Amino acid sequence: MELVVFSLLNGLVTGLLLFMLSSGLTLIFSMMGVLNFAHASFYMLGAYFAYTISGYMGFWVGLIFAPILVGVVGALIQRYGLRYVHRWGHVAELVFTFGLAFLIEEVVQFFWGKATKDYHEPELLDFPLFTLFGQSFPAYKAFMIFISIGIFIALLMMLTRTRVGLIIQAAITHPNTVANLGHNVPLVFMGVFGVGSALAGLAGVIAGPALGTFPGMAFVLGSIVFVVIVVGGLGSLAGAFVASLLIGWLQTFAIALDYSMTDLLDLLGVSFSDDHVLRDLWSLSLPQVAPILPYLLLILILIFRPTGLMGKRET
Amino acid sequence: MPALLGPFGIWIVCAIVLAVMPVIFSSPVSVTIMNQMGISIVFALSYNMMLGQGGMLSFGHAVYFGLGGFFSVHVMNYIEVDGWPIPLPFLPFIGGLFGLAFAIIIGSFSTRRAGTVFAMISLGVGELIAACSIIFVVFFGGEEGVSGDRTMGPPVFGTEFLKEIEVYYLTAVIVFVAAALMYLFSLTPAGRMANAVRDNPERAEFVGYSQRQVRFMSFCASGFFAGIAGGLFAINYEILTEENLNLTTSGWVLLMAYIGGIGFFIGPIVGAVLLTLLQTVLSNHTELWLLYVGLLFVLTVMYVPSGLTGLMMMHGPAMKAGRLGQLAKPYMIAGIPLLVALAGGVAVLEMLNHYNNAPVGDNVAHFFWMAVDTHNPANWAVALAVTAIGAYTTYRATPQVREAWAEANDFSEKGGDR
Repeated sequence: MELVVFSLLNGLVTGLLLFMLSSGLTLIFSMMGVLNFAHASFYMLGAYFAYTISGYMGFWVGLIFAPILVGVVGALIQRYGLRYVHRWGHVAELVFTFGLAFLIEEVVQFFWGKATKDYHEPELLDFPLFTLFGQSFPAYKAFMIFISIGIFIALLMMLTRTRVGLIIQAAITHPNTVANLGHNVPLVFMGVFGVGSALAGLAGVIAGPALGTFPGMAFVLGSIVFVVIVVGGLGSLAGAFVASLLIGWLQTFAIALDYSMTDLLDLLGVSFSDDHVLRDLWSLSLPQVAPILPYLLLILILIFRPTGLMGKRET
Repeated sequence: MPALLGPFGIWIVCAIVLAVMPVIFSSPVSVTIMNQMGISIVFALSYNMMLGQGGMLSFGHAVYFGLGGFFSVHVMNYIEVDGWPIPLPFLPFIGGLFGLAFAIIIGSFSTRRAGTVFAMISLGVGELIAACSIIFVVFFGGEEGVSGDRTMGPPVFGTEFLKEIEVYYLTAVIVFVAAALMYLFSLTPAGRMANAVRDNPERAEFVGYSQRQVRFMSFCASGFFAGIAGGLFAINYEILTEENLNLTTSGWVLLMAYIGGIGFFIGPIVGAVLLTLLQTVLSNHTELWLLYVGLLFVLTVMYVPSGLTGLMMMHGPAMKAGRLGQLAKPYMIAGIPLLVALAGGVAVLEMLNHYNNAPVGDNVAHFFWMAVDTHNPANWAVALAVTAIGAYTTYRATPQVREAWAEANDFSEKGGDR
């Protein structure tokens, strides 16, 4: 019971964090048709910017200004990089964002070094929120959940209730018509890219203290975010939300539940000797395979349901 | 010169170059670097069979390279322990067969679609195999990897491949044969149809080819040659680790192919040679070499999508018309300031890096033969000024280059040979 409650909560934290990244990425994809490999790099930039700002002005200033800064960087990259590369076709765009991810990691190492940065949650949130079954739940994680859900609602409201949101929705499916109506579609694209980057940056700001701020943090999360948006269905925000939570819980539960192949085989009354060539296979445990589960899911989805869980178009 | 020797001229020249190289660069270090180049060349060429010729962008090509290598090391160990009578030169072929086997399995579902789906599946498979390599310790050897000994097999023509130079000639022969086979593959109907499917899958289907099968063929061939490269790696280094099949290696081969130029057969060769040089030589001189490689890559993707080879090939028409001379002067006028600007920019980056990371009290940075005090504002001023002046002069010279370029490639009324 204790295990289930805490896995649920931790999975929720991871899942909501993933959603902050995947929501921007999936919006950008549905508009520009390009999967942005550098999206997780913006997440990393957010954490590093916030670390530097918080060193001078405290956590809360960083929480506000670091995402804005990342958003500006993202918009500039879209305006002067991606829009230029667009003329060489989709493959070049994909390769460009891949190169960007590579470059940003090197730039981060150049300015901040290779070591993990000592970036902490503010003292205000550094206390256990509640204690259940003798295990405490940190207030900072509750804060992460709170921020993520707030962002989700704000995004939903903006997309469905405001004029800007309507233009964005229209520009996704009918960019030419929207342009004919007198809207500046490239500007909308740039804005969406900027906001998407800023969201990733915000995720970085709040995840930095919890998951560590180091040059590999983009690499760790980058591929998982892809899994999320493909599983959810490319271009579908609701799908991204469901898939984020799904992946979040999949990972936390797989780590928490310590079952192995041996247990299963024992149940079936089969056993193997310990020096068998395939002994690694018989002794596989769930926590061991946890890192590969998302990728397995990705491949299965791409083979059997290329539209994803909630997507309308094929990848 | 190659034209004088007939259609095979270029291959004969290549063979001679391969044979003579270790005589010119005979130090053990350079032989090791050349071996590394050979491996990279086969690997990058196999990658380009998919990306350049088949239009499939893969983020998991290291899987076939790594698996081919791992199986080769295991076979190497069987040769040593159980006395399997397999001479060493056949080992890359075995690696290739395992690369092929895995390419058949994975290609059977991943080549269904090109474009983003293919890229995503390759990424997923790449991550999957990389994660598996940590789980299955018996086969992948965990963190320390699997190592072997190449000298235990039956001798070939009296050599047991104890010396690096013997390994070089073995590598050179296999690289030559593999490159020739890959070139021949691009001339077969399968290779030609791969180009057609890349450019317009719909029309290729109308001609009667299944785009999926055509992609599958390229994919398998590519996996086979990647496995050969893995086998060569096993022979050279006698050890394989998880690093050889993870995403970093997959990204590295994309860099090699793209910087070299994916539109040309020799593009990946150029890229492999250049990046191996950067990896081995430049990394000895600066910590920032990966930053430079990243910059080079991003700039290539943005401004020279046909790669370095494309940049060279652009000059073909002008050369045929005998007008390369016209370009020399504007190139010098723009090129020299550009080099100055680059040198200045590199100096700024290196000084900044030293300033940020050097221990307190160590004020002097060393690059190549120079020693610069990074805490002296005068040095900063000089480096920044050199960069700015170089960049400005280059900027002023570009219209001249553009004009000369247009003139050298203007075949309209002035004649030329069109």
